[in-house]
Amino acid sequence: MVDVSIATLRADRAAVASQWQLIWWAFKRHRLAMAALFVTLAMYVVATVPGFFAINDPIAQNARATFHPPQAVHFFDTSDGFDFGPYYHPMRLTRDPNTLAAIFIADTSKKVPIELFGRGFSYSVLGLFETDIHLIASTDKTRPLFLFGADRLGRDVYSRVVQGAQVSLSIGLVGVFLSLLLGIVLGGISGYYGGRIDFVMQRVIDFVLSLPTIPIWLALAAALPQGWPATLQYMMITIILSFTGWAQLARVVRGRFLSLRTEEFVAAARLDGVSEGRIIFRHMLPSFSSHIIASMTLAVPAMILAETSLSFLGLGLQPPTISWGVLLREAQNIRSIATAPWLFLPGLAVVIAVMALNLFGDGLRDAADPYNK
Amino acid sequence: MLKFVVKRLFWMIPSLFAVSFLAFVLIQLPPGDFVTTYIATLASSNEVVDQNTAAQLRERFGLDQPMLVQYLKWIWGIVTRGDFGLSFEWQQPVSGLIWERMALTLVLALASLIATWALALPIGVYSAVKKYSIGDYAFTAFTFFGLSIPSFLLALVLMYVAAVEFGQDVGGLFSSQYETAPWSIGKMYDLLTHLWLPVAILAVSSTASLIRVMRANMLDELPKPYVTTARAKGLSEFRLLVKYPLRIALNPFISTIAWLLPNLISGSVVVAIVLNLPTAAPLLLQSLMAQDMYLAGAFVLLICALTLIGSLISDILLALVDPRIRLE
Amino acid sequence: MTDILSIAPRPSMTANKPLLEVRNLVTEFPLRTGIFRAVDDLSFSIEPGKTLCVVGESGSGKSVTARSILQIIDSPGRIASGSILLHQPDGTSLDLAKLDPRGRAIRSVRGRDIAMIFQEPMSSLSPVHTVGDQITEALRLHLRMGKAEARAEAISLLRQVEIPNPEKAIDRYAFQYSGGMRQRAMIAMALACKPQLLIADEPTTALDVTTQAEILDLISRLQKAHGMAVLFITHDMGVVAQIADDVLVMHHGVAKEYGPVEQIFHSPQDPYTRMLIGSVLKLEQKAEIRLARPPLDTTAAPLLDIRNLSMHFGDMKALDDVSISLLPGETLGIVGESGSGKTTMGRSIMRLYDPTAGEMHYRRADGTVLDLAKIGGGELKAARRELRMVFQDPFGSLNPRMTVSQVIGEPLLVNGIARGKNLDERVCHLMEQVGLDPTTRERYPHAFSGGQRQRIGIARAITLNPRIIVADEATSALDVSVRFQVLDLLMRLQDELGLAYIFISHDIGVIRYMCDRVGVMYRGKLVEVGEADKVCNAPDHPYTQALISAIPRPDPRDRDHSRRFRYTEPGTVKNGSSAR
Repeated sequence: MVDVSIATLRADRAAVASQWQLIWWAFKRHRLAMAALFVTLAMYVVATVPGFFAINDPIAQNARATFHPPQAVHFFDTSDGFDFGPYYHPMRLTRDPNTLAAIFIADTSKKVPIELFGRGFSYSVLGLFETDIHLIASTDKTRPLFLFGADRLGRDVYSRVVQGAQVSLSIGLVGVFLSLLLGIVLGGISGYYGGRIDFVMQRVIDFVLSLPTIPIWLALAAALPQGWPATLQYMMITIILSFTGWAQLARVVRGRFLSLRTEEFVAAARLDGVSEGRIIFRHMLPSFSSHIIASMTLAVPAMILAETSLSFLGLGLQPPTISWGVLLREAQNIRSIATAPWLFLPGLAVVIAVMALNLFGDGLRDAADPYNK
Repeated sequence: MLKFVVKRLFWMIPSLFAVSFLAFVLIQLPPGDFVTTYIATLASSNEVVDQNTAAQLRERFGLDQPMLVQYLKWIWGIVTRGDFGLSFEWQQPVSGLIWERMALTLVLALASLIATWALALPIGVYSAVKKYSIGDYAFTAFTFFGLSIPSFLLALVLMYVAAVEFGQDVGGLFSSQYETAPWSIGKMYDLLTHLWLPVAILAVSSTASLIRVMRANMLDELPKPYVTTARAKGLSEFRLLVKYPLRIALNPFISTIAWLLPNLISGSVVVAIVLNLPTAAPLLLQSLMAQDMYLAGAFVLLICALTLIGSLISDILLALVDPRIRLE
Repeated sequence: MTDILSIAPRPSMTANKPLLEVRNLVTEFPLRTGIFRAVDDLSFSIEPGKTLCVVGESGSGKSVTARSILQIIDSPGRIASGSILLHQPDGTSLDLAKLDPRGRAIRSVRGRDIAMIFQEPMSSLSPVHTVGDQITEALRLHLRMGKAEARAEAISLLRQVEIPNPEKAIDRYAFQYSGGMRQRAMIAMALACKPQLLIADEPTTALDVTTQAEILDLISRLQKAHGMAVLFITHDMGVVAQIADDVLVMHHGVAKEYGPVEQIFHSPQDPYTRMLIGSVLKLEQKAEIRLARPPLDTTAAPLLDIRNLSMHFGDMKALDDVSISLLPGETLGIVGESGSGKTTMGRSIMRLYDPTAGEMHYRRADGTVLDLAKIGGGELKAARRELRMVFQDPFGSLNPRMTVSQVIGEPLLVNGIARGKNLDERVCHLMEQVGLDPTTRERYPHAFSGGQRQRIGIARAITLNPRIIVADEATSALDVSVRFQVLDLLMRLQDELGLAYIFISHDIGVIRYMCDRVGVMYRGKLVEVGEADKVCNAPDHPYTQALISAIPRPDPRDRDHSRRFRYTEPGTVKNGSSAR
């Protein structure tokens, strides 16, 4: 009863709006999901050109910077009149006279200015060209900026987190894409044909879903030879993750196919003389593509968590490949993190990425069906 | 009802066989075998093993036979004698190594399951009934956080806090004096005092996802006409809530065992490794690394069987509480 | 609008002290886009033992009115102002509108003084509690009965509502009941505490017409026995004429007319009421368009000749040896209740199902005959250009993700008949033909009303110049005022395009208005075929007679319940109400 009035209140604009416009309008109303979308987009931009956002070379080791703590960036200098412009105080390495442990003390008498679009180490943009321009760069290369501190080998944690985003975020996407391919093909066959094929496929999906994933991933990952090149390793890990991930998506696809098969507009299209291919691609796919995208978005964070866990356990990606899971291995022993708690920071990146993707996917799922209010 | 249970049990058999075969294949996948790994280990300590000795070792472990024969021998031993084979690395029967660890794995998973339910049920109902209240937003924030933090990271952070702030080591499931002691009341109590931390860590993410399930179930049920009927009868809001929508929303909740248990067991693997718990996980990891195939296979098999049984139990429970399934 | 409400109180309505008095009730729903008034300044009263019918089309606010009385409006609705006075037997009065919707006071009224039954008996009963559990609940709550006493009382209530074998039925679940039995159980539940007022919110809308008649009889019998007042919400003017003492006509939340049933039907004052009554009366006779037509040539060779058609789904014989033929230019009605196989018949003709047995000979324009049951592939595709279908659900049968011009143009496009500018022109022409504005062709279906959507469906059906259109319950989902407009459109197109219709419906009124001949279906069998006038007015088969007798006549002066009877299939055992 109320629905009718909402329909009459709808602006004319909505009358000619395609489903994606309606979904976008519904999604925009969800402010948290919008914020999550921007965070997600920002992260994927960083992951595309991590070199541009990094400050120091993520693989460069620096013996003098072992467990160098994070440095604060100052924006205003009021010690000597008023000076605007970001800078940091370099740190001096001293030794505790008794234990000889390294102690870093900020040298407040010195200032190293930070410049935007400055020059630093040279990196490649998507393998297309080389450049050495960075978003932020220190003006003194001998006293580098450690925004998130440095690790055991004096490598810059911030730049490594930025670099790790590339592998960690993309492995989620690629893994979900592989799962989706399997899920759509198998779930689609199951839902479209129904009957005995569907029955068998259902049993297989139930079976795969009832398996605990991690032990199986571990066993699969343990089978990978240690010496493989990084790209091959990367591909194998995504395949391993998709090995169990497809079932969830297949179930979603199957459910949608089954419910659409009995929709009257599909029967009407058949009577219109529309070919089976056109029914699937013109009538059925657009009806559930938004749901599939939402399910996919929600599957990406699970993949990211899985990769992180595997790499953390030492069975996923191996150094020198940089991923968030690999970085967190540095935080594995309690002595390291007791001296250098900033080694947890890659974990923060994981949490933020996963949360943003979850919130974004959630908002998308709520907005995915603009016709059923 | 009986027919349903029998049918469901019947379906377990192919699943169990599939799982055992899967476990065996997984273990066989790595190139080389235990002997290769063993030789490599010896070589690193400058011991050289000649081809003859290697062949002898292979023959002794039956590694020279085709895979299918090895599998059939293995599964025959399990079915007839409960014999899971020999652990190459430990040089003793697998069955002697796994049961206590499997039992502790089960205890950990069940304790987490109960904790998850105990927390998620009331919170989920509260969030649905008081939709868009401050409490609902707070719990929703918690669920998003809980879903986003990997359990090993949570375990690490808690270990760090305990070590740095309180100077305590929170790893393991037993205090040192009970570690090798036989079971006693004291050891049980000691287990309980250690169990809460891994349980809490495991329960965070599963509680988060279950709260969302429960909230969504309740939100589905609350506007249903039968709730209005009950309200029109004059029932108080609380009574009608408990008797009708909660009761019905509980059915999908029960079926969550089927996916919650695999998740909990998966999660417990990582957490157990980080916290160094004497459950199946650390030994599984170790045996996988060393290609100690019968030991790893037994673990993978038992862990998968456990979750299959879990989904069987959830199906039967569901049929018990839902007349629509029971009287079908 | 409100001046209608200031109509002076009629003498008949103030004779007794009313049981319930509603004054200036306003119920609002705060929405994102503003506040929506579902009920706007409504006043009425109900006397003890009398029946007030609130009638209106969808969106009229009649259901919200009913729910406002017990304060069980769906969230976020709330009573904004007005009073709902319940005059109790001890002389005191209670303003229900002022009570806290979650408080003890209103709860003791619910179920005890005022009880309610709903439209969907299946979803209104809990699926996981036994029927007995749900009935005894009110007894134990309001009358403080013990377990055994409540159970005995519940069994007696089930017996009162004529549920067979009440001792066994009490422990069954709602899904084990048939549709009519469920509504009986709902009534038993509502009557448990002998309420003074029963609110019935479209209680028979989801039921077949024969079951509806039984439920209406049951309610009026119990009403007399208990001296109970009834507030009956419905969209069906026939039901109103049969049971009402007073009638309140609502439209868009506002009362259009309020008075005794005799006045509403025989001297309606308000134009909307007149239109409503007019639409209903129209369907009581043959359409004017048809009266002007020359008589049908009954000697012509049939366009479609269905012989011994059967369609089995497992053990269920949805169609059992059906034979019927369709003449050129004819409208053949297929009438039946739910589960009679009439929809299966339409879908089998269109070959959406593959019939189990039988033949369907279709005579093409060039005189060749084709067995629709046997053909496939290209032949079937070609035949489907000449046989088209209009679906029941104006919402589900149009792809919500395609614009109207894409929906209507798709048959032309995929059959390679037109594309580009030519296609656009033809779509515009088709839209004009069905009375739609072609400038709206780039809109999506959700921007159209139910009647307009059905016109889109009709436009799609006539795109390929068909010869036969199968219309499956094409007007059932529409409000009565829109219904005959769509029917008239179909008949106009029939004259223009020389179409033959197979018109499937459960509504005898629609059949009588529209059809030349009609076939009556019962449990997969065709029990009677004949001229529409004959079948609708003087049927031969006992089932058809029972069916016709159960239809509520939209005239309060024609309330002869005695002629109603139930059809029992020879050789089968009577088991309560028909299954749905």
